[in-house]
Amino acid sequence: MAYSFDFSSLLDYTPVLVDGVVTTIGLTAVSTVLGVALGIGGAAARTSTVKPLAVVVGAYVELIRNTPFLVQLFFIFFGLPSLGIRLAEWQAAVLAMVVNLGAYSTEIIRAGIDATPKGQIEAGASLGMTGPQIFRYVVLGPAMGKIWPALTSQIVIVMLGSSVCSQIAAEELSFAANFIQSRNFRPFEVYFLATALYLALAVALRWVLSLIGGRMFAKGVSRA
Amino acid sequence: MSPVKNATGRPLVKLSGIRKSFGPVEVLKGVDMAVEEGQVVAMIGRSGSGKSTLLRSINGLERIDGGVIEVDGECVDPGQIDLRALRQKVGMVFQQFNLFPHLTAGENVMLALKVVKKQDKAATRAAAEAALAKVGLGQKFDAYPSQLSGGQQQRVAIARSLAMAPKVLLCDEITSALDPELVAEVLGVVRKLAEEGMTLILVTHEMRFAREVCDRLVFMHGGRIIEQGPPAELFDRPATPELAQFIGMVEAR
Repeated sequence: MAYSFDFSSLLDYTPVLVDGVVTTIGLTAVSTVLGVALGIGGAAARTSTVKPLAVVVGAYVELIRNTPFLVQLFFIFFGLPSLGIRLAEWQAAVLAMVVNLGAYSTEIIRAGIDATPKGQIEAGASLGMTGPQIFRYVVLGPAMGKIWPALTSQIVIVMLGSSVCSQIAAEELSFAANFIQSRNFRPFEVYFLATALYLALAVALRWVLSLIGGRMFAKGVSRA
Repeated sequence: MSPVKNATGRPLVKLSGIRKSFGPVEVLKGVDMAVEEGQVVAMIGRSGSGKSTLLRSINGLERIDGGVIEVDGECVDPGQIDLRALRQKVGMVFQQFNLFPHLTAGENVMLALKVVKKQDKAATRAAAEAALAKVGLGQKFDAYPSQLSGGQQQRVAIARSLAMAPKVLLCDEITSALDPELVAEVLGVVRKLAEEGMTLILVTHEMRFAREVCDRLVFMHGGRIIEQGPPAELFDRPATPELAQFIGMVEAR
């Protein structure tokens, strides 16, 4: 027997889907801002001359990059309460995403920092600038510009990875899809739509990030 | 044209017994040198003779292993972490320009005025405009380095250093990365600075320029200064076979 498609059955759940999309966008926005900030700090620490700091951050990066996101999320949500740290679903989701993106972006941004010509740092030093001033005004901007495409991909991965947060009942898009198909028994239609929504979100996110990158970091890059 | 004679006799930079090794290679083997205020000194010598290392030690870009560096009466301690005060007195221009690519010419000049000298916006802007005008690039305030020729970029780099009002300007082979037709515009700026009484220490391969503009020539060989004096004297009557050979080499080019 042929399966008869019925997308109209999803209409009743529009508010659930909208909530899911909004939550996914919210989770992604917050964890992108905080995660990239963490990555900038991590990259600064990893490239600093303070060895213990570089080692600690290096350990953090390796720990996160070599363990599954789902386990990190479960550890935060189910594990930490044993230490008395109880987080709401969305809090645990944001924390897991920030910690995860922070580690990956530390590595990505560090690559950009390492690509800074030594002469520019010497020029800053010759002008009497301090190390932190050189980092902030001379190194960071061009470094971010160089690695922006790689960072964009990582942020998209984190946005798509936020679907994992449905496993702790963070009510994002995947959670909404799971919820709807458990009610209307229309998994094809629901996941088809969820797939389309993720695709649209990913395309939109890339577009927004490339706009931001062009605004903030493309200065002085020859438009040849 | 005769060399510019505007030295005041006040010692501004004093180097005594400077030693520096890179691993097992000793590149500076006890160098003594003094530069008076207003003097224009060129350091010449083969590559590997230690002249760039010596120049870079004057503002602490190279940490020296021994000896004493004094700038404007202040001792530069080799173990000193904070060299910022010194570096505000010693400007530096590099072979590769080293402009900040994400900042316009004007912003390149203004950055250190803003974050190091903490000048307010209006003063910073005025100083940057004046510095760029001085190197003939008043019209290029809003141009990015990628939009400028090599010669223009190097002039912006000079303006960036000058705006900090240094007591002495170090120039490390500042025309070596330039196309031949762009060398003159940069040397023209340096010549003007020399005429205005700026203290300059140059590492250069431009022998004609050194001869015309400098008060004193310092010839380095094997990590030591083995000859120094007025350019005409050194060029016409080199006292050492090393210098004679070096002059022969450059003139044969």
